[in-house]
Amino acid sequence: MTERLLHDLALMLPEAALTATVLVALIADLIFRRSTVIVPALVLIGFAAAGALVLGQAHVSEGIFSGMLAVDPFAWYFKLVILLSAIIIVVFSLGFTELNTGGRKVGEYYALLAALTLGIMLMAGASNVLMMYLAIELSSLTSYILSGYTREAPDSSEASLKYVIYGAVSSGLMLYGISILYGLTNTLGFAEINAALPAVLEKGTTATLALIMSGVLIMAGLGYKISAVPFHFWAPDVYEGAPITITAFLSVASKAGGFALMIRFFKVTFIDSSALPALAGVWAILPGFDWREAVAVLSVLTMTIGNLVAIWQNNLKRLLAYSSIAHAGYMLMGLVVLTNEGLAAILLYFVIYLFMNMGAFYVVMLIANKTGSEDIEEYRGLGSRAPFMTVALAIFLVSLTGLPPTAGFIGKLYLFAALINSGWVWLAIVGALNSVIALYYYVRVIRNMFLRSGEQESSPLALGRLEGAVVLVLLVPTLLLGLYFTPLAELAQASVKIFGTP
Amino acid sequence: MEFNIIGIGILTWITFLPVVGMVLVLLLPKESKDAIRWTALAATALQVVLAIALYARFDRTLAGINTEAGMQFVEKATWIDIQSVAWFGRVHIEYFLGIDGLSVVMVLLTALVSFIATISSWTITKSLKGYFALFLLLDTGMMGVFVALDFFLFYVFWEVMLLPMYFLIGVWGGPRREYAAIKFFLYTLLGSVLMLLAMIALYFSTNVYIDPAGVVYSVAEAAKSGVQGLEKIHTFNIIAMMDPGNMVPGSLLAGWETSWRYLAYGALFIGFAIKVPLFPFHTWLPDAHVEAPTPISVILAGVLLKMGTYGMLRISFPVFPDAMRHFSWELALLGVISMIYGALVAMAQSDFKKLIAYSSVSHMGIVVLGMASMNTQGMMGAVFQMFNHGTITAMLFLIVGVIYDRAHTRGIDEFGGLMNKMPRYAAVMSIAFFAALGLPGLSGFISEAFSLLGAFQTFQTLTMIGAVTLVLTAGYMLWVLQRVFLGTLPEKWQGLTDMNGRETFMLATLAVIVIFLGIYPSPVLDLMNVSVSSLAGLLDQAGAVGIMGAQ
Repeated sequence: MTERLLHDLALMLPEAALTATVLVALIADLIFRRSTVIVPALVLIGFAAAGALVLGQAHVSEGIFSGMLAVDPFAWYFKLVILLSAIIIVVFSLGFTELNTGGRKVGEYYALLAALTLGIMLMAGASNVLMMYLAIELSSLTSYILSGYTREAPDSSEASLKYVIYGAVSSGLMLYGISILYGLTNTLGFAEINAALPAVLEKGTTATLALIMSGVLIMAGLGYKISAVPFHFWAPDVYEGAPITITAFLSVASKAGGFALMIRFFKVTFIDSSALPALAGVWAILPGFDWREAVAVLSVLTMTIGNLVAIWQNNLKRLLAYSSIAHAGYMLMGLVVLTNEGLAAILLYFVIYLFMNMGAFYVVMLIANKTGSEDIEEYRGLGSRAPFMTVALAIFLVSLTGLPPTAGFIGKLYLFAALINSGWVWLAIVGALNSVIALYYYVRVIRNMFLRSGEQESSPLALGRLEGAVVLVLLVPTLLLGLYFTPLAELAQASVKIFGTP
Repeated sequence: MEFNIIGIGILTWITFLPVVGMVLVLLLPKESKDAIRWTALAATALQVVLAIALYARFDRTLAGINTEAGMQFVEKATWIDIQSVAWFGRVHIEYFLGIDGLSVVMVLLTALVSFIATISSWTITKSLKGYFALFLLLDTGMMGVFVALDFFLFYVFWEVMLLPMYFLIGVWGGPRREYAAIKFFLYTLLGSVLMLLAMIALYFSTNVYIDPAGVVYSVAEAAKSGVQGLEKIHTFNIIAMMDPGNMVPGSLLAGWETSWRYLAYGALFIGFAIKVPLFPFHTWLPDAHVEAPTPISVILAGVLLKMGTYGMLRISFPVFPDAMRHFSWELALLGVISMIYGALVAMAQSDFKKLIAYSSVSHMGIVVLGMASMNTQGMMGAVFQMFNHGTITAMLFLIVGVIYDRAHTRGIDEFGGLMNKMPRYAAVMSIAFFAALGLPGLSGFISEAFSLLGAFQTFQTLTMIGAVTLVLTAGYMLWVLQRVFLGTLPEKWQGLTDMNGRETFMLATLAVIVIFLGIYPSPVLDLMNVSVSSLAGLLDQAGAVGIMGAQ
């Protein structure tokens, strides 16, 4: 028993390292009140250590703590994405004017960031509905505070409040769904629920209906986390009002956690493990409800509404918020097909999305640092004032559109390929047309930067050497992965292995 | 056949030389304007030299089209190779370049028009460095499309071109440049995403075998070869897609004359037809042309439009011969509508540039009609017309540029009596206009005659209706000449000067080609003869298969 526990604890080390990071950050904040560098440095070290520990678990695949958490290649991949984005966000935060001025205490901010990261990491591994709920709550509570962190910034506290209300409602819905599920199956582990489901389905229509309802309710909770339409209403306000670093983090890492959890919940809970076409990578779903149609509708709504509303935005942060909603829709397409191929496409997309979306947010932040505005109209004529930054932003936006030779194209290619290979041609067409719509609003930004000239002021914007280096670090993969994606694709394909599934 | 220069194949050189030029241009300081110009000129001039070398070494007896052995100057290397997993096969994408009779004509045209357009860009002053960098990137995209034989690579080149074009129209264009640029971008992207989906469907429907050494065999070859350890893979290889034997049984595009095949053909068709542009997908073209600066109009009309018809000949027709035959009448109909509609709208224009833009729609309609005929004569006429339209329309846009640079207006009615004031200008303009209206002795005549004669054998009524265009074209072209050159010279244009040396050089070069090919077209026709016959044969054969299938 003890041996087992020690063994499990050893596999928990990355999360333990993050917990330690949170505590150290809090204490260090008490000691070094005036420094704005020491705490972030400690947090960075903590993230790097956690990352190194995760890297060491590359080929592990087991459930720990009686199946509460799974340590498997799938979680491994998402944990790396999450930690990488966390590290990037700490670097962003160091150069974020809004955060570092006005004598604000920044230590707490980094401690909370570490706690948020911990929550999302747990989401990636949770394989028990209770654990799922706790992980979501941990990440939600910390993000409520973080999105209101710069209170005096206009909209920041409103955003935070909106977030709390929506979050509370959806976690309530989810909890209700979980309770129904528990009532039906008398168990909480994903795999155990799966084993109990055939018996439930035999009981007749009432039980099946209840099961569907609980599934839909849980979907609502998860849909909120990945900001899928119609659970997306909080996202634009929060993304606009929150400090931009947190916005970037929520749009990438928090979404990654949500997707990881959603996929795992689906695949482990509702899969029919007695049917075994699994070698071909196709997941058979238990009879009763066609989840594929439901997710397809969710996906179409998410990308179309995200894109259509983005057209009307004048605030770049808000525009990127809607664009990130649309991207959640694209990624949901990969889930629709319920195959390993679709899953690999999602995994691949996440890494690419990490670089291009973070890059876009970072440049927007740098420009806002200098001009104090995120208004698209203020971007007029920036092309000549800050050529490097604007060219980089243009490349990130083109990649978000999905044009070759950028990485965004490869992400879309894999998603469309998965759809067409499984016969979902209509959905692929909808997705493809959506990227044409998306082009329109991304190009609006590019147009203002290069095609229009600014009013009078035309002093060049200076770019620090470090800032330039960070942009470059994000830019190089965005371009390189578009031309050579072999290692990433192989990694993604190797990481579709979810513990407890055939 | 191989042709390497310091170990790198000539097609790679000709495609990526402009990128080398672009890097050099970016490294030069903003102030050294002449250095930037000359660098760009050197890159495109070298491209022309390479194109001439290709022309000299090109084997006119090889067909290409659907055989890899018939392709020339082939370069093949593994680009992406992702090992298979239990549920997903190996992904193997090749860097695969090669040309046959169809593409060599387009490569020559691209090199020539890019070179002329670079000279024409000499008058650009606004952020010169950015201009030439984008221009050269565009050049690479265009050239790449014509030499790529792997669909994935083709698609990448096809899309690489979009962004530079957007900026070239959007930054250096006329007053409504923003609208024109985004319209161009959206239209083309709409077409290309549909093409992307068709490409993916083709990928999953095509099977080939690969041996451990990385050599790829078609299904038929694999059965014969007896090589051990063959692995089945999907492929983006365009030539492999043309072989019905490589289709995966039961896959989306397997079979013959199925609705999925028609749908995929339709998706490709829209992608290409937007580029041509074929009625009713043409509305972006007049806007783009009117707003684009002269050299970009030259590129747009001279090369870019050809990518649409080239795509049909290279991919749509040989990969979907069944669908092509099934819809050939509709294709011809759209060609004829474009011809007549383009000519009628051109006639109503008083803006010089818009007139030329619509005449392009009309002339590209002839290309499409010729292609739809499916016989050697008609298709040969079509490919030759692509080349001739490239040179003639390039001349026309340069001519508009010359007068616009001096008078800053493009209103045809504002001029008159320029004949005596600008004699050299009058000479080249007459040549270009007569070539465009198809006067015998100039190159346009031969290609139009071939196209229509070929089309007449297949679609008699349609072709007769379409031939009305020739009268209409003669009408509006002569009318323009009359309004610009005859009559009295308005007072305000007394100060106009004739063409300078640079302008004369560009136009004279093109005029010589137009006259020469009008008298002696063989140099170009010989290049493509075998390939076009082979393509016509392939389509014929497909018809025979269809009849057999029906029985």
